[in-house]
Amino acid sequence: MSTATEDHPKELDRVVIRFAGDSGDGMQLTGTQFTSVSSLFGNDTATLPDFPAEIRAPAGTLAGVSAFQVHISDHDILTPGDAPNVLVAMNPAALKANIGAVASGGIVIVNVDAFDERSLEKAGYAANPLTDGSLVGYTVYEVPMTSLTLEVGKEAGVKPRDAERSKNFFALGLLSWLYSRPVEPTLEWIAARFATNALILDANTRAFKAGHAFGETTEVFESTYQVRPAPHEPGTYTNVTGNTALAWGLVAAAHQAHLPLFLGSYPITPASDILHELSKHKQFGVRTFQAEDEIAGIGAAIGAAFGGALGVTTTSGPGIDLKAESIGLAVSLELPLVIIDIQRGGPSTGLPTKTEQSDLLHAMFGRHGEAPVPIVAPSTPSDCFEAAFEAVRIALTYRTPVFILSDGYLANGAEPWNLPDVGSLPDLQVDFAVETNHRLEDGKEVFWPYVRDERTLARPWAVPGTPGLEHRIGGLEKADGSGNVSYDPLNHERMTHLRAAKVAGIARDFEPLAVDDEDGVGGAPVVVLGWGSTYGAIAAGVRRIRARGIKVAHVHLKHLNPFPRDLGDVLRAYPHVLVPETNMGQLVKLVRADFLVDARGLSKVQGVPFRAGEIEAAVLDMLGVDAPAARDTEDIGG
Amino acid sequence: MTDTTIPVTTRKDWTSDQEVRWCPGCGDYSILAAVQMLLPELGVRRENTVFVSGIGCAARFPYYMNTYGMHSIHGRAPAVATGLAVTRPDLDVWVISGDGDALSIGGNHLIHALRRNVRLTILMFNNQIYGLTKGQYSPTSEKGKITKSTPFGSLETPFNPISLALGAEATFVARTHDMDRKHMQEVFRRAHAHDGAAFVEIYQNCNVFNDGAFEKITGRDVRADNLIPLEHGRPIRFGSEGQRGVVLDPDGRLRIVDVADVGEDALLVHDEQRDEPGLAFQLSRLAAGPDEPTPVGVFRAVERTEYGAAMGHQLVEANERKGPGDLAALLRSGGTWTVDS
Repeated sequence: MSTATEDHPKELDRVVIRFAGDSGDGMQLTGTQFTSVSSLFGNDTATLPDFPAEIRAPAGTLAGVSAFQVHISDHDILTPGDAPNVLVAMNPAALKANIGAVASGGIVIVNVDAFDERSLEKAGYAANPLTDGSLVGYTVYEVPMTSLTLEVGKEAGVKPRDAERSKNFFALGLLSWLYSRPVEPTLEWIAARFATNALILDANTRAFKAGHAFGETTEVFESTYQVRPAPHEPGTYTNVTGNTALAWGLVAAAHQAHLPLFLGSYPITPASDILHELSKHKQFGVRTFQAEDEIAGIGAAIGAAFGGALGVTTTSGPGIDLKAESIGLAVSLELPLVIIDIQRGGPSTGLPTKTEQSDLLHAMFGRHGEAPVPIVAPSTPSDCFEAAFEAVRIALTYRTPVFILSDGYLANGAEPWNLPDVGSLPDLQVDFAVETNHRLEDGKEVFWPYVRDERTLARPWAVPGTPGLEHRIGGLEKADGSGNVSYDPLNHERMTHLRAAKVAGIARDFEPLAVDDEDGVGGAPVVVLGWGSTYGAIAAGVRRIRARGIKVAHVHLKHLNPFPRDLGDVLRAYPHVLVPETNMGQLVKLVRADFLVDARGLSKVQGVPFRAGEIEAAVLDMLGVDAPAARDTEDIGG
Repeated sequence: MTDTTIPVTTRKDWTSDQEVRWCPGCGDYSILAAVQMLLPELGVRRENTVFVSGIGCAARFPYYMNTYGMHSIHGRAPAVATGLAVTRPDLDVWVISGDGDALSIGGNHLIHALRRNVRLTILMFNNQIYGLTKGQYSPTSEKGKITKSTPFGSLETPFNPISLALGAEATFVARTHDMDRKHMQEVFRRAHAHDGAAFVEIYQNCNVFNDGAFEKITGRDVRADNLIPLEHGRPIRFGSEGQRGVVLDPDGRLRIVDVADVGEDALLVHDEQRDEPGLAFQLSRLAAGPDEPTPVGVFRAVERTEYGAAMGHQLVEANERKGPGDLAALLRSGGTWTVDS
């Protein structure tokens, strides 16, 4: 796993580092910058931010601990890592909350200055873990981060209270040294980020340099480490989070559709960043509307869609409940609309900052009446860009609301993304109706809003301002064709079937399922069926199983409604079907019901993503292989 | 665009082919007629006119207009209309609502549309009852009202819609009633011309579930003595002989007086353009309910930046400052690195 010589960094193929501190300690910032510099250096990276719902829970308490985990490697990786190899703990609470996750034999770097009696007590430690022997089995480094940061702060002329706030830069400097990260990009980043405050800029720079120098000069650490660049496809890369990729995907899709983008949204964690990002890009003609509530957010998006804009609404958790009635309206109106749900733990307010995949059945069925809505689910942060494109394509082609089911893990997690060539993005041009489309018995040419395209069953999109096509639509059942209000029983049945057939027909557009099975479809004894953000953990788990010489297949769904047409046949080709989900088993219910296959669920509802080892263990268990799951620290891929 | 390019139309052009299905004798008919007869006079095009409604008897209105229209869901019409109006400033967007739709389930959307000053012409049919659900009390029903859902009398203090709109920072607030087409049309004309959110309360008779709710003030015989016409720049007076009027007492309160007692010069001169909405608010409280002299007309009409225009302006500014959107630059905005082959 590692080779070392004196004075040379030990070579690691990968390392998982978790930065943990108070929610005011800047751990997210520190972790994000460590990730950026690693990406820039050429590593593959994957991240898992983990922060509390409270903006500032009482300092020093377990409730206030904020953490950021980053996995860096010299090969392509799929997850933020099962267990950190390194924990940076800025205070006793951060240590207590995270030590359980650290790989045995892992490195623990603590800010020893924070381990005073009061802080230990706040964290609920009866004895000091640094001295009571409870950390045996870890390599512990005690670093006086606060006092050293205060010292350089004094040199910079910053008041002690402000100086103390630079200690995350000290930690960043130390870790940059320990893992042989280039220094310049971080110094440049600090200079840019704090350009407006010369004093703070100076203090942070000094703290960063002090942290780096501490590692270099004190000989506390036995060695430094090196994780070499990973081979990447040639291209231009950026680090992107799921929410940013969604926002950019919407801008790009609207651009390719030649439509103005309108976002109606109400702030809610963890979806708000899409609103923030889109509100920056007005030069693309993007209008963002921070509505008075969730219902107004989607209502305004529907109004914008009626007027010929690309209407989008974003939300999470309880917000999706509130939008349900309006989604039904959009189903009835048959207008294009994109509904983005960044799933989080429920029920009710639940776990606002924690991830879960528990809105699938809500997206499928969470409306009164028969109201089918297509569903698209991205599988990685950068895939959110593609998902936005696909959702917009479906919405525009079929004149329907479309769900994007992302989640907190994808939203805040980041990965390097080989940027697409914008010139090669598909054209999503849509034609508004401009002519009458029906001849009445008396020979009069009229426009009927519910005359359908023969292939797609989509109705014409005639926008206000078009002379001669004036028409009224609404939530009451409409007569097939004319769109007039109709209570006729057979008409209602026909319209119900038409709406269902329209959504079902979308599957015609899908490519055949990409089945990851080394021996072709049906070759392995088991297939793991996943959707959305479980992609990384499943793919990594599959790698581990294959490393044992055991065959396993992986199918990952991008489309949850309609299902790809070959899904049933693919699943029936395997004796065992395992469906891991971070919910109580929602997709597994659907595939059992739709395809009568004996699929088994693997459920996790802890507000955190699956670990690769959990997938591995479940597959081995399903196959009756009596072997312990590999630990993350063993070198069989992450 | 000049008026000469607007085709000459009549009421028939603005009338859809759908059969009107309100109860015979409903006040909604006269409001519909007033609007359909007014539109040909406004110099607007059918294709650029949109009626958006929520749910309720009034909300069927768009089906009867030969324009673009949407019958949306309960209470949400102001939200839907906001999205349409801000993305399509070229359109005339009307919102048709009722007292339940606008003030109960949709109260939040109404006040925020008013506060933002979105260019919407909002007509709220106030019949002080739930009609479509067959006769429950509404948020404007008088306290003590006996209805199907309040057999022992309603316990709730009603909203005063004009006071509410003024409190919501509305820039245009008016009241009219279904018995006077001319008055309705004048108020609607003003509301339509207003560059911002225009709120119009229309006293509307529900002859099935709340018949005669406004009879004491809108009936032909009593109207002169019980409706107080508000006219900008004119002393506020009413009565068949103009014998009564409104004065502002030194203690800051409004009072109805006999003009003979105080003299014409003592009457309050109506100023709908007052920046400060206090007097308009007091006028809205002059009558405790529609059974004593009640002001009608325009309470407030002031200028404030229209929301959609301001939003559009930010787009233009961003374009001028940053240049037109460049997708390749957007994807590179977070910093990039290159991997060579």
